[in-house]
Amino acid sequence: MTEIRPLAADDTIRQALDEDAQAQLDALMAEVAEDPSRLGRTFPAAARRTGRGPLAGADDVLLEDAVRVSLVQTAARSLDPEALLAELREVYRYGDNDEKRAVLHALSGAPADVDGTDLLLDALRTNDTRLVAAAMGPHSDRLDDDSWRQGVLKCLFTGVPVASVTGLARRADRELAEMVQRYRREREAAGRDVPLDVQVVLDACAASTEHDQQKDS
Amino acid sequence: MRIFDPHIHMTSRTTDDYEAMYASGVRALVEPAFWLGQPRTTVGSFTDYFDALVGWERFRASQFGIAHHCTIALNPKEANDPRCAEVLDVLPRYLAKDGVVAVGEVGFDSMTVEEEKAFTRQLELAVEFELPAMVHTPHRDKEQGTRRTLELVTESGLAPGMVVVDHLNEVTVDQVDEAGCWMGFSIYPDTKMDEHRMVAILQRRGLDRVLVNSAADWGRSDPLKTSKTGAAMLEAGFSADDVDRVLWRNPIEFFGQSGRLLVDPDLADDGSAGADASATFEGNSILRGSRD
Repeated sequence: MTEIRPLAADDTIRQALDEDAQAQLDALMAEVAEDPSRLGRTFPAAARRTGRGPLAGADDVLLEDAVRVSLVQTAARSLDPEALLAELREVYRYGDNDEKRAVLHALSGAPADVDGTDLLLDALRTNDTRLVAAAMGPHSDRLDDDSWRQGVLKCLFTGVPVASVTGLARRADRELAEMVQRYRREREAAGRDVPLDVQVVLDACAASTEHDQQKDS
Repeated sequence: MRIFDPHIHMTSRTTDDYEAMYASGVRALVEPAFWLGQPRTTVGSFTDYFDALVGWERFRASQFGIAHHCTIALNPKEANDPRCAEVLDVLPRYLAKDGVVAVGEVGFDSMTVEEEKAFTRQLELAVEFELPAMVHTPHRDKEQGTRRTLELVTESGLAPGMVVVDHLNEVTVDQVDEAGCWMGFSIYPDTKMDEHRMVAILQRRGLDRVLVNSAADWGRSDPLKTSKTGAAMLEAGFSADDVDRVLWRNPIEFFGQSGRLLVDPDLADDGSAGADASATFEGNSILRGSRD
C-alpha cells in the first residue's frame, strides 16, 4: 500500500550476488512479502546472507544498504504509512548502526505521508558520520529549519561531505550563513584549517539569499 | 605481527589505546559484554550498553582501522540481581546481529543458584543461535568453578569446540584442555596470567585451541599485552608463524564458527587485503556466514 523507492534496481543487486546469495535474497523477500512484521527478523541477517560492500553499477551505494531498502520496499507494499512507520521505528530502535542507516535510506525513498522526522533527529544526535550523512538525505525535507541548519553544521563539524545534504541550494539561508561564519571564525581563531565545504555552504547561502531578494523586488 | 585480541573491553579505553593497539598490530578484536564496575539496576541500562557495542563502539574502532566484534550476554555477577535477570528476554534480538560472534561472558562469579540458572539458559541460546560461548571463570575458587562450568557445557549439548573457557591459569588449564574446549588466557600486569607464564604453558602443551587476550578494561590492565606475549614467544624461540597462529589464526578459527566475522581472515600484516581476498572480499563471500 506504500511505495518505497529502492536504493538500487533489482537487476543491479542481483548482478552483485552469486547463485546462493540470490536464493537467500529470494527467501528474505518472500518472508517479508508474506508477513511484513518479519522485517525486523530479516534485517539483522540480511548482509551476511547476501553480501556487503560497494555495489557495482550504483554510485556510493553499499550492497547491504540496497538489499535492506529492498526488503523495506517489499514489506511496505502491504502496509499503510502509519503501520510502515511503526515497523521502521522498531527496526531502527533495535538495529545496529548498519541497520539504522538502511532505515534512514528507506525513509529517503518514502512518500510524503511517511514522516520519520524523529528517527532523523535521533541519527543527528549521534556522532556516527554514516548515520549523520544518511539523515541529511532527501527525507531531511521534513526537518524544521532549525534542525536542518544544525544538521548542516554538524556535517561540517564531523567531516560529512555537504554534497550529501539534500536541498542545500534551496534551503541555505542568511541564518545558516551566520552560523557557518561563526564556525569559521572559531576555526581561524584557533589557527586550525577551515574545511573546504565551509565555503560551499556559504556560497549556497549567498546564492539562495540573492535569489530570494530578486523574488521580493 | 597481525593481532586479533579475542577479549578486550574497549568501551572503557581511550582513543590513545586504539592508536597504540593499531601500531602494535591489532587489526581486529572482540569486546565481550560484561559489567561496568558500577552495578546496573535496570534492563534499559543493558540494552543501551548492547546498542553501544553494536553501534558506537564498532564505529569508533573503525576510525582506527580495527574491526570490532562483540559478544552479548547477561554476565554472571549481575545475574544475581533480580532487577537485571529479565535482560535474558531481550538477548535474542542482539544475538541475531552481524559482528556478534558469541554468547558471553557467561559463567560463574560466586557459584550461586541464580548464576547457574542464567548460565544454563544462555548455553541454550548459544545452541539455538548456532553461536560459540565465551565463559568467564571466577576469580575466587577458580578450580571448582571451572569444573562445574565444564559439567554444564556437557549437559548443554553445545560442542566443546564451540566453547572458550577464559581467564585460565596453570591450575585450571588441563581440565579444560581434556574437555576439548578452547582455552582463553588473560595477560595482566599483576593478576591472572603474565606473558612469561603464558609462554611456559604454550611450551608445555602446544598452540592448539589457545586464545591469548589482554582483557583490558577499566581496571589496571594493558591493551598491548597481546603483542607483548607475541614478543615473549619469539624470545623463547617460537617462530613468527607460531605467533601468527596464536594471535591471529586461532581467534579467527574460533570466532569464525559464528559465521559473523567482520574482518578479512587473510588480512596482511600491513592492513592490505589478503592475497586471495580480491576475488571474494568485494564479491562478498568471505563476509557471508556459511551457517545461514
